[in-house]
Amino acid sequence: MSTLIPSKFSRRGFLRTSTLASGGMLIGFNLFNACKPKAEMPVDISKLNYSDFNAFIKISDEGMVTIFSPNPEIGQGVKTSMPMLIAEELDVPWEHVNVVQGELDTENYTRQLAGGSQSIRLGWEPLRQTGATARQMLVNAAAARWGVDASECTASKGVITNAKGETLGYGDVVKEAAMLEIPENVGLKDPKDFTVIGQDATNVDIDKIVTGKPLFGLDYKAEGMVYASVLRPPAFGQVLESYDDTAARAVPGVIDVIKIGAKLNAIAEKNWTIQMGSSEKVVVIAKTTWQAIKGKKALQATWTDDSTLESTEYQDKKLFEILNGDEFTTKREDGDVKKAFAEADEVIERTYESPFLPHNCMEPMNFYANVTAEKVHLVGPIQTPEPTAEMVAMMLGRDLKEVKLEMTRMGGGFGRRLYSDFVMEAAEIADAIRKPVKMVSTREDDMTTGVYRPSIKYRIKAGIKNGEITSYHLKEAAINVNMYGLIPHFFPAGCIPNYKVDVGNYKSNITTGAWRAPYTNFLSFAEQSFFDEIAEITEKDPVQLRLDLLQKVKGTTDEKIQYSAERMEDVINLVVEKSGLKTPKEGVYQGFCAYYCHNTHVAQVADVVLENNQPVVKKVHVAVDCGIVVNPTGALNQIEGGIVDGVGHGMYGDFKFKEGMPESNNYNSYRLIRMKEAPEVETHFVENTLAPTGLGEPTLPPAMAAISIAITKATGGRMYKQPFIKNMPKKQVIG
Amino acid sequence: MATYNLKINGQTHSVEADDDTPLLWVLRDHLDMVGTKYGCGIGQCGACTVHVDGSATRSCLLQAAQLEGKEITTIEGLSENGDHPVQQAWKEVDVPQCGYCQAGQIMTASAFLDKNPNPNTEEIKSAMHANICRCGAYNRIHKAVAIASEKNS
Ligand code: FES
Ligand code: FES
Repeated sequence: MSTLIPSKFSRRGFLRTSTLASGGMLIGFNLFNACKPKAEMPVDISKLNYSDFNAFIKISDEGMVTIFSPNPEIGQGVKTSMPMLIAEELDVPWEHVNVVQGELDTENYTRQLAGGSQSIRLGWEPLRQTGATARQMLVNAAAARWGVDASECTASKGVITNAKGETLGYGDVVKEAAMLEIPENVGLKDPKDFTVIGQDATNVDIDKIVTGKPLFGLDYKAEGMVYASVLRPPAFGQVLESYDDTAARAVPGVIDVIKIGAKLNAIAEKNWTIQMGSSEKVVVIAKTTWQAIKGKKALQATWTDDSTLESTEYQDKKLFEILNGDEFTTKREDGDVKKAFAEADEVIERTYESPFLPHNCMEPMNFYANVTAEKVHLVGPIQTPEPTAEMVAMMLGRDLKEVKLEMTRMGGGFGRRLYSDFVMEAAEIADAIRKPVKMVSTREDDMTTGVYRPSIKYRIKAGIKNGEITSYHLKEAAINVNMYGLIPHFFPAGCIPNYKVDVGNYKSNITTGAWRAPYTNFLSFAEQSFFDEIAEITEKDPVQLRLDLLQKVKGTTDEKIQYSAERMEDVINLVVEKSGLKTPKEGVYQGFCAYYCHNTHVAQVADVVLENNQPVVKKVHVAVDCGIVVNPTGALNQIEGGIVDGVGHGMYGDFKFKEGMPESNNYNSYRLIRMKEAPEVETHFVENTLAPTGLGEPTLPPAMAAISIAITKATGGRMYKQPFIKNMPKKQVIG
Repeated sequence: MATYNLKINGQTHSVEADDDTPLLWVLRDHLDMVGTKYGCGIGQCGACTVHVDGSATRSCLLQAAQLEGKEITTIEGLSENGDHPVQQAWKEVDVPQCGYCQAGQIMTASAFLDKNPNPNTEEIKSAMHANICRCGAYNRIHKAVAIASEKNS
């Protein structure tokens, strides 16, 4: 029998059980709180109530396990890896587990784990404890049946065995188990005994994906549903003045043309998840998507300027004014950078620039809404169901109890689906027309009315004394908001005695928000290229420069410093060994970087070669410490995706404005990375038994840095600005 | 508005649609076959790829009027039980991330392998280059096409 280790995570009353009318046992549980005293367990499987429970586990009379969870899936495999934690401790074979995406009823709704890098880390203990508690109940039920002590019984792969070797399947004892008292503080498995965690589990929706079954928001249909296409202002800073819908109404299939915005604009400031301009919008309602799109094209609207129509040049000017000025908020300060710069032998200062970026989720924004006298029914891809449902209730003056929100699979998120502007629009339209309706954005709508990663500029200054970095000053100029949380305390904070992070921003009417690995997606490139350049200037080995710096943070008692020097050393050493960095190959130029963000430590080496004098990224070697790897196939997929995404946006991502209007609106004017440009990714994990950390984001930021450094090695010139393709130094060809 | 007889996945469907309606929307809105995806509407991303007389074609650029008498295959009809070698390879390699682009990738790959059953690495890359995967699953897409070609032979 495997040994159980006591859980540090002691909670009471987080779990309830019931016997299902249709047979089997139902377990309802909460991840972070005890169940409410009044929370009642359903006995009908079609009436699961997610307002009192985060998720449910059904164990059938046949011993099959179904996990019902409303957690969304955004390509990060959370829907697979989180149930694996339950299955592990419940001790059932993964093949017996089925995962069903639940719908969300919103009354007293407790916080769900949204998909994202944090999910797996936060769910690690509570999900395993749920599985372990359920297993113990089944064991207790079997022991009672046999009239033996539970400690004489073991459970493995869905079967309970007693000392005599008699066995009972989980399904055989579910009825009794559901009636038993719920045991508290059940121990958890020793990681060395894991049988599900650490094994490959393919995407739970894979069969549906490869056969084209309806899964995504855009695939959802309801009886009598009509389609809506929304005309929004063509430029940021403009508002609707008037419109003529004569031609639109003449388009076959067009049912109605309405104006929305009044209700939404009245509450738009109330929650951070709503990021949108204040203009009213014109909506064409039609029988089919195509007719709605055609109707919208036929609309004639006039717009008036309401605030500055920003161009990229204007934004650059504003950001440089911030960098060159002295109005900053200080986010971290150690020692005295000013004094240290004055005493330094050499001071190096560089400025790094990044453009706006749209998210470009492959599935454009869309949402279904149906508003009736009794309820508000919403279905679609959204990452923030809780505040969204609340905002819809507030906007429509409805009781939150009447709002039912169901989440579908999402065709990409990257941060865009944290913002609910498109859900609010769908709800306002449905409220006006009182028909079931799907709001569908075209790619052009999606790209030109986004919630963008804003343009950011960094200026970094370092003072060198006796060959050591003694001072470091980072300034951030951003749009609308600055870096948040612990980012100012990431590496190299704690490694340099005089250290300062200053931030400033200006307010723009362009809607901005989180984009995969917010801030670090560009900061990593700036800082890591800077260190590479310092290594070159001070004639040090770039790897050794990092390792020397890391020595200084060891043993820190600063709680804000959450990266670990030891874990960083591990990933660095691993990637150096596996990439052959110390044994360079003729014609292959390698760029090294190491980065910590989103609780995960990563080091990368990019291989660049010259083809027709053009640098080409061939391969990226990556070493990752994400604690225990729950689902290796899912983990590798996320790591590869993050790197390819980082390479793509670093190389090509560019989004400009002219008088408030985006200059790109579809994939013919916005370049995304494609097959031939995607490097091969070779992943190496640092093996340990620490709690898992997320992988959706942390490999993206260092990829931009690694390739820029490798391109520098190949061409001899440095890049300070993204996209690299437009700012690449020409190779000095001799002869 | 006119009536078109379209042969899709071996069955003839009679569809009433405006003349300029792209096949993509005929499939999705008129026939409830939502496996074929909308990504860009301008032939740039490949999410909407179907087979027309065996060739991978962008359904967002084709109008119903052009398609009478042609054999159209969509992801729903690629195989009876989801066991086409390309679908099998996709499952084996666990290709999808968000999964949205994958129907288009699979349709491109299957038409390509029909014409070139034993492609080399560069040929696979060229064939798949026109299909965008925003999640960046290119390493696995490549691997799955290679595995499917082995299954074929
Ligand atoms: S939707 Fe047809 S190519 Fe993009
Ligand atoms: S898997 Fe998400 S776009 Fe390809």
